[in-house]
Amino acid sequence: MYRYDEFDERFVRERVGQFRDQVARRLDGSLTEDEFKPLRLKNGVYLQLHAYMLRIAIPYGTLSSRQLRQLALIGERYDRGYGHFTTRQNLQFNWPKLRDIPAILDLLADVEMHGIQTSGNCIRNVTADHFAGVAQDEIEDPRPTAELIRQWSSLHPEFSYLPRKFKIAVTGAEHDRAVIKAHDIGLRLRRHPDTGAVGYEISVGGGLGRTPMIGKVVRDHLPKGDLLAYLEAIMRVYNLEGRRDNKYKARVKILVHEIGAEEFTRRVEEEFARLDGPSVNADPAEVERIAAYFAPPAYETLPETSRTLDAMKAANPAFARWAEVNTAPHKAPGYTALTISLKPLGQAPGDATSDQMRLVADIADEFSHSEIRVTHAQNLVLPYVRQRDLFAIWQRLGEAGLASANVGLITDIIACPGLDYCALATARSIPIAQAIQQRFADAAREAEIGALNIKISGCINACGHHHVGHIGILGLEKRGIESYQITLGGDATENAAIGEILGPGLPAEEVPDAIERIVGVYLAQRVEGESFIDTVRRIGLAPFKSAFQEAAHAVA
Amino acid sequence: MAAVPKRPPLPAILLANDLLDGDVVFASGGATDAIVWTRDPALALVATDDAAATVLESFAAAELAGNRVVDAYLVDVEIQSGAPVPRHFRERFKTLGPSNRPDLGKQAGDGIENGRRA
Amino acid sequence: MPLLDRNGTKIDAWTRSEGPAIGNLSQALVPWEALAEALPQKTRDQRIGVIVPNTVRIAELKLVLRQLSLVAVAFPAYSDGRGFSLAKHIRNHGFTGTLRASGPLIADQFAYALSCGFDEIELPDTLAARQPVEQWLKARDLISHGYQRGYGDSRNILDQRRAARAADQVRAS
Repeated sequence: MYRYDEFDERFVRERVGQFRDQVARRLDGSLTEDEFKPLRLKNGVYLQLHAYMLRIAIPYGTLSSRQLRQLALIGERYDRGYGHFTTRQNLQFNWPKLRDIPAILDLLADVEMHGIQTSGNCIRNVTADHFAGVAQDEIEDPRPTAELIRQWSSLHPEFSYLPRKFKIAVTGAEHDRAVIKAHDIGLRLRRHPDTGAVGYEISVGGGLGRTPMIGKVVRDHLPKGDLLAYLEAIMRVYNLEGRRDNKYKARVKILVHEIGAEEFTRRVEEEFARLDGPSVNADPAEVERIAAYFAPPAYETLPETSRTLDAMKAANPAFARWAEVNTAPHKAPGYTALTISLKPLGQAPGDATSDQMRLVADIADEFSHSEIRVTHAQNLVLPYVRQRDLFAIWQRLGEAGLASANVGLITDIIACPGLDYCALATARSIPIAQAIQQRFADAAREAEIGALNIKISGCINACGHHHVGHIGILGLEKRGIESYQITLGGDATENAAIGEILGPGLPAEEVPDAIERIVGVYLAQRVEGESFIDTVRRIGLAPFKSAFQEAAHAVA
Repeated sequence: MAAVPKRPPLPAILLANDLLDGDVVFASGGATDAIVWTRDPALALVATDDAAATVLESFAAAELAGNRVVDAYLVDVEIQSGAPVPRHFRERFKTLGPSNRPDLGKQAGDGIENGRRA
Repeated sequence: MPLLDRNGTKIDAWTRSEGPAIGNLSQALVPWEALAEALPQKTRDQRIGVIVPNTVRIAELKLVLRQLSLVAVAFPAYSDGRGFSLAKHIRNHGFTGTLRASGPLIADQFAYALSCGFDEIELPDTLAARQPVEQWLKARDLISHGYQRGYGDSRNILDQRRAARAADQVRAS
């Protein structure tokens, strides 16, 4: 993975010093709260319901074991012994004190980490495919691109006071695991159909929130060397022309929607043509320098499948189940990409204790070249696992309650912190996730249901990605109580789709029943081997709607 | 400078977050005492009339201006077993803590036993 | 209103005129709406500057840039970053006169403003009183170099790395 050079190191250290100075100037009144707020947000510091919150950037979801141990330490020393992995592959602490945050940032800088641009109206921490570099369907590793963008977007003089937040995601694979179509800019590395050269397909104007939209392709194939100039052109058009009169209309998706993708593209291309590319772009040697850090580890030569693994699976059905559900195909023979579920029954989705973080760090050292990934689904990945080691890992994880075999299944729920923590939330998310998990706790039944993504947001900002959940749940307030709106048919993959609302909002206690009914329709209607989302696509919403409405005791 | 928002129906209490710590704090003190901040919601001063609410609002404005707290506002409450309880569920969570973690926050006595007065 | 540039406070030599009448002002700063009428009055010894809103179209502004000695870009709020992109546009169109940011910017934006091509900042009195010039000068240097190329810093990180690579190659050969 990427390592800081002297310049990166100094940059991050200076940023900590700058924040320390900003806190001091807030306390002495030089900065008002209105002025300080965007400055602290751009360093990941929110004021939530009960306390401040610190969101730490995990660029494109890649972590070393050393970094994970440092997060565990910070969690113990300055927080309450746990952290929360987010849908943007970051980690947030829920209880830090503002007075301690500069010291926490020092500890982060010690391991080449920071909180830069994890919030605020700027280019946010870049996300990428969590199987980058190891996925079988990959054309090119997206991480060098993501790292280049991380550096380029950091403290950008021109684009730090945008109309609204701006999110960029990168994938290099055929299957989209980075939800690129729901980002302000989605980049997909692809081969040119004629020349075979790798370049970027660029989508702009995707996003969830109040007005969910799927990104539109503005460039089929941008030569790799032109990336920064093209991004600069997009950002300049947006910065000047994005709406600033209404916060809910300020994302680039609204600009693209209002003037049309064609006109938006024309303006970007006009600006791009006028830019002096060579004075803006990174030179090829710099791109190579970054890419070299992402060279694959020294893989052992192994047979395609491990006989040890097969034997262990035959002897232990629970292990076999876990090994099948939680692993993904790997480029290297005999290896697998293992997902560690942070969705055990009864825990807040995405939460991990300091002890659990240390355990995962230890396992990564022993079995995965000391590397860990964070997924947008709030799980962790060990990217370089020998198949024959899976059993030993499973045993170790099991002792820490981390061996849930539910990745991609109905209890692998994405949920934002909701009103249990978040100052913006209108309703709770975590207890809803827990109630659904409880309802579907039976492993055999969960296996029978198969792939099904439930995503829960506690407000319209949609941090829980509810719009692109196969089943989406949005928590709102209706006449003084929490009310949950259910959507169906969303999809976060390359077939990106926004879910449709099934009916009126439900009180919290009725949500598990409603999910049960929806699943019931699927089980009754599916044909052999058909997944939930495929059945929804084939039979449409109507059967689900009627089942839902029979059950629904809407919040009056 | 963030102003104190519109007054809710009475009775009401004043809450805020401590600027340096982030903890939720409540305006506390008797009719004759000076107003101070406490971390214990049970000790929150309840304004039952406009005059009392005005006093809390002035205190909030002064404390915001003095850079001691942020996000100060009045919250309408009802009195249950002698203690003020916010009517709105959002504000109730602020006086308790995360509902999925009864071991954390004010419901677990966080910052209360060891520091009745902030 | 207080004025400062990268070295500290400076005297404002420009006189604002409400409308197009510039009389015999040696350096007249006119509003954008009045510029078309003011420009023909300009004598050889006079210099004209304009105050533009941050919504001005560069396509229009570029037509008069060569006749201007100063362009002041209005910042209605520190959080409104359009002025930074407008400054880049103005510089990209070859403007070599003085570029001024006018409005309630904060010290923490000083380095950004300079990088985008501004020469000076004109602040409201209250803000200048709350954030004295020492804070601005300190804030200017807190981050010594950024990553971006094309923002006025020839010692940006990417170019320093490139120079280091070139030096390594010379040494190796």
